[in-house]
Amino acid sequence: MTNWKCLACEYVYDPQVGDPESDIEPGTEFEDLPDDWVCPECGVGKGEFEPE
Amino acid sequence: MAGVFEAVRVSEHVYWVGAIDWALRDFHGYSTARGTSYNAYLVVADKIALIDTVRAPFRDEMIARIRSVVQPERIDVIVSNHAEMDHSACLPHMVELARPERILASAKGVDALRQHLRLDGDIEAVKDGDRVSLGDVDLAFAMTPMLHWPESMVTYLPTDRVLFSQDGFGMHLASGQRFADEVDADVVWYETTKYFANILMPFSRQVAKLIERVRQLQPAVEVLATDHGPIWRKDLRAVIGRYTEWAEQKPTNKAVVVYDTMWGSTAKMAGAIAEGLIAGGARAKVMPLAGSSRSDVATEVLEAGALLVGSPTINNNIFPTVADVLTYLKGLKPQNIIGAAFGSYGWGGEAVKQIDELLGAMKVERVAEPVRYKYVPDEDALSACRSLGSAVAARLTQSCETSSQVSHTGGQ
Repeated sequence: MTNWKCLACEYVYDPQVGDPESDIEPGTEFEDLPDDWVCPECGVGKGEFEPE
Repeated sequence: MAGVFEAVRVSEHVYWVGAIDWALRDFHGYSTARGTSYNAYLVVADKIALIDTVRAPFRDEMIARIRSVVQPERIDVIVSNHAEMDHSACLPHMVELARPERILASAKGVDALRQHLRLDGDIEAVKDGDRVSLGDVDLAFAMTPMLHWPESMVTYLPTDRVLFSQDGFGMHLASGQRFADEVDADVVWYETTKYFANILMPFSRQVAKLIERVRQLQPAVEVLATDHGPIWRKDLRAVIGRYTEWAEQKPTNKAVVVYDTMWGSTAKMAGAIAEGLIAGGARAKVMPLAGSSRSDVATEVLEAGALLVGSPTINNNIFPTVADVLTYLKGLKPQNIIGAAFGSYGWGGEAVKQIDELLGAMKVERVAEPVRYKYVPDEDALSACRSLGSAVAARLTQSCETSSQVSHTGGQ
């Protein structure tokens, strides 16, 4: 599983943790996140993320 | 002979050398009826540090205040906690004037300063927990991304127990009083609330983390030297406590009714809804948009448990002022709010459904279907509006029972 990092604020999406506050289960790969998922820290979209 | 502008002593090593903006009435869409101040600070130790600067037109005022303490050319270290131009604008001039040994910012701050100001010179990136010596005192840095920009950081002076908290705990208030305990408490709390609501509300999670770190500072912090408004130096627990509550965004029994109106019909509906809210035990804050700025609405929404939004329909769409405030509120991400949409209309009536959808996108739990009436609402229609108010009040009583939260502002 690959971590992805937000280029705007450096929040790291860890697939093993997911994003439970946005109903994203642990184990969800970044590529499988919905298109409208946004960074929980700063609100930018998936397009602003890079693999770590 | 004393100069026109003088510094104000804050602690053993710290002087306020900022500028008071008495005339400002709008800060990028945030209405500032009481003006503001841009706070810059000198730390005078074996070496001299300047922490942040002021908005461009006030440069000479800041330099004059610095000069009342030390020759500006003697500044050895410049710290930029925040690249936003109300704090960074004078950095290039100060770098030119003082030729400091070191210019310090966060890693993202280095980029931000170059891209805002074309700042030349070596800016050093500091990391979370770094300390820099000024000889007999140290400055310590903590990164606070998204409070409220990606590059934001705060600086601590442990010897004096002064936290240069940047925009945190700040408020827009122009005053001759430099310290919050010297200013009318009602004014201080209103402006502190307004500031949190409009600038920090979307970053509530980060605020909660910052508060944890502030509570753990050793030695314990005694002064919050903010970048705007009067400085906190007494009873810090009160403002830190408020920030903690606001970051949790627990709903209170306050309901905000925001609307605009073309011929008074939507206004009548708003009034009837308010009667129902009040009869049901809620505290109602009714805000006609003709008389309220978006930033005043946000201030009331911060502690609200309910948000009801009314609009006429004009050319098949939401009345523009209502769309304005909804766009603004959406960005502020208020949490744990129930609500409903309402409005009078002539033939299309699309606005009310559009509001309902926007409220949904804001994660507001709609507790009733949108309420619309054609042209001028009659007695039955207004009675139904009153019932909507009562229903919302009943839901509020339910959700506030456990937390027994009462709003600090509004509802008058």
